[in-house]
Amino acid sequence: MSGNTAPRMKSEAGLLDIWRRLRKNPLAMFGLFIVVLLIFFAITADVIAPYKYYEQNLINSFQSPSKEHLFGTDEFGRDILSRIIHGSRISLQVGLIAVGISVIFGGFFGAVAGYYGGRIDNLIMRGMDILLSIPSILLAIAIAASLGPGLYNMMVAVGISTTPQYARIIRGSVLSLRGQEFVEAAKAVGSSDTRIIMKHILPNCLAPIIVQSTLGVASAILTAAGLSFIGLGIQPPTPEWGAMLSGGREYIRDYAYMTVFPGLAIMITILALNFLGDGLRDVLDPKLKR
Amino acid sequence: MENKKLLLDIQDLSIQYDTEGGTVHAVEHLNLTLEHGENLGFVGETGAGKTTTALGIMGLIPNPPGIIADGKIFFEGEDLLKKSERQMRDIRGGKIAMIFQDPMTSLNPVMTVDKQIAEMVLLHNDVSEQQALERAVEMLEMVGIKKERAHDFPHQFSGGMKQRVVIAIALACNPILLIADEPTTALDVTIQAQVLELMHELRRKINTSLIMITHDLGIVAEMCDKVAIMYAGRVVEYASTEALYNRPAHPYTEGLFNSIPDIDRDEEELKVIQGLLPDPTNLPSGCSFHPRCPYAIDSCSSDMPPMVEIEAGHFVACPVRFEHWKNAADGNGGVKR
Repeated sequence: MSGNTAPRMKSEAGLLDIWRRLRKNPLAMFGLFIVVLLIFFAITADVIAPYKYYEQNLINSFQSPSKEHLFGTDEFGRDILSRIIHGSRISLQVGLIAVGISVIFGGFFGAVAGYYGGRIDNLIMRGMDILLSIPSILLAIAIAASLGPGLYNMMVAVGISTTPQYARIIRGSVLSLRGQEFVEAAKAVGSSDTRIIMKHILPNCLAPIIVQSTLGVASAILTAAGLSFIGLGIQPPTPEWGAMLSGGREYIRDYAYMTVFPGLAIMITILALNFLGDGLRDVLDPKLKR
Repeated sequence: MENKKLLLDIQDLSIQYDTEGGTVHAVEHLNLTLEHGENLGFVGETGAGKTTTALGIMGLIPNPPGIIADGKIFFEGEDLLKKSERQMRDIRGGKIAMIFQDPMTSLNPVMTVDKQIAEMVLLHNDVSEQQALERAVEMLEMVGIKKERAHDFPHQFSGGMKQRVVIAIALACNPILLIADEPTTALDVTIQAQVLELMHELRRKINTSLIMITHDLGIVAEMCDKVAIMYAGRVVEYASTEALYNRPAHPYTEGLFNSIPDIDRDEEELKVIQGLLPDPTNLPSGCSFHPRCPYAIDSCSSDMPPMVEIEAGHFVACPVRFEHWKNAADGNGGVKR
């Protein structure tokens, strides 16, 4: 299988190459499939959802899964499948944007701290240590509580609360890369510090960043679901998986499907993201290329 | 001293590293000159301060802990130590290029080689990225790498080919001075010869001056016009290659030559120089070589030996051997090996 692709890939570096190698990893492909499906659901939610997510039908409340309502209905008779499909929108947004926030801030602080070292490093990392000493869910709760509930505040809360983890990871990789000869060589050709960080050091940290980000998207979705669960995240009637879990909690003994389906959605999404993350790491790190 | 022909003129350079274990005097009062187009071999044991000197010229002494305590480095008549960081960035790569010791680690592992060469071109020339990449391919072909391999990553190359890429990067902007820091140490012998041959050839093509840092006297004989022998941060002998090889004057140089095994003789043991390189945080008083020196006299441990010109262009920092030399020169010229 690799016999005919190996010589060809040399001339075609880039996305195509990454794709070709990713395809050989079934778990990563499964992850990618789920993620793409999720994105598809998120984009086309208005079209493919069989019912409106806010459409109440009190006569039909607490319906078990049936032909009309594949995942059943909740206490207001809303179709759970439709709500899960719409929920993917929120979850994806929260996951991506929150991780984006933490990668950007964590990357900046981590790279600066690791590259310059000394006092700057101490200053930044002690600040991060303070943030890290607070459990991230607690930090997210505190931030969300002070900003007030809502989608955007939740993203910011989740993003800030996980920033220190990214800063640590990136600082660690930068620190180990800073002393390497190719960085010295880059200095010797006249590159500026910014250029060295952006073009030489950060691309070499890509593998840990990508792995951490995909895992991070998963945990951001979880944290967001948690925040919604305790009422600090998405407000009803906006469908969000965590909020749906929270809503179904009271009825878990009699109508378990109300919590099972949103829970499954969260689980599968996170599993898929983790598979994809691992697969991407194997592909993106050229040192692991064969 | 204000000779216009001098490309590089290092005056009284001292570089120290302040560590917890004390101050390391890596380079002590070093004087060195290099003319346009000249090849200088820089020979000494590990830890003698060769690489530190090179990094000093490039302005890349890691600070902290390193500081240039004293001295001036004139390059094309201008003191590099007075330049701003921005001016130094233009000089690095553009005018002075450096080849590092280990090609395995001196290339960025996640960047294709043509991009790494193009980066050098982009930094110092006003060209588009496309032109820079074209130049990169041109350079690759010049060092004997096929252009089909331009988009490969460093790990897809062998050690010798990586060093070729490193050379291509260093020469991409036609530098005036090339500093090669043990360019062949990490390579095996057959590849060493190829790489040296390549450097020799390209150097002539581009007309670059060269400082070759090495501990291999054979390489120096092949590549260099002049040699500086360095010991514990100081230059102890400086001469044309021919003079140095035929008439080594300093006891340390002599020791170096004696330690090369003779192929014609069946030797049981290598002749080594007794003792070890002194602790750089605590150098011996006077001549730092005197504890290991077979010719040492009392004054060696108290007086710092000055550099004396024993014949035209041949400088030695050893008064004892200088006396000996003078006496012998009356006979048949030159110290017996």
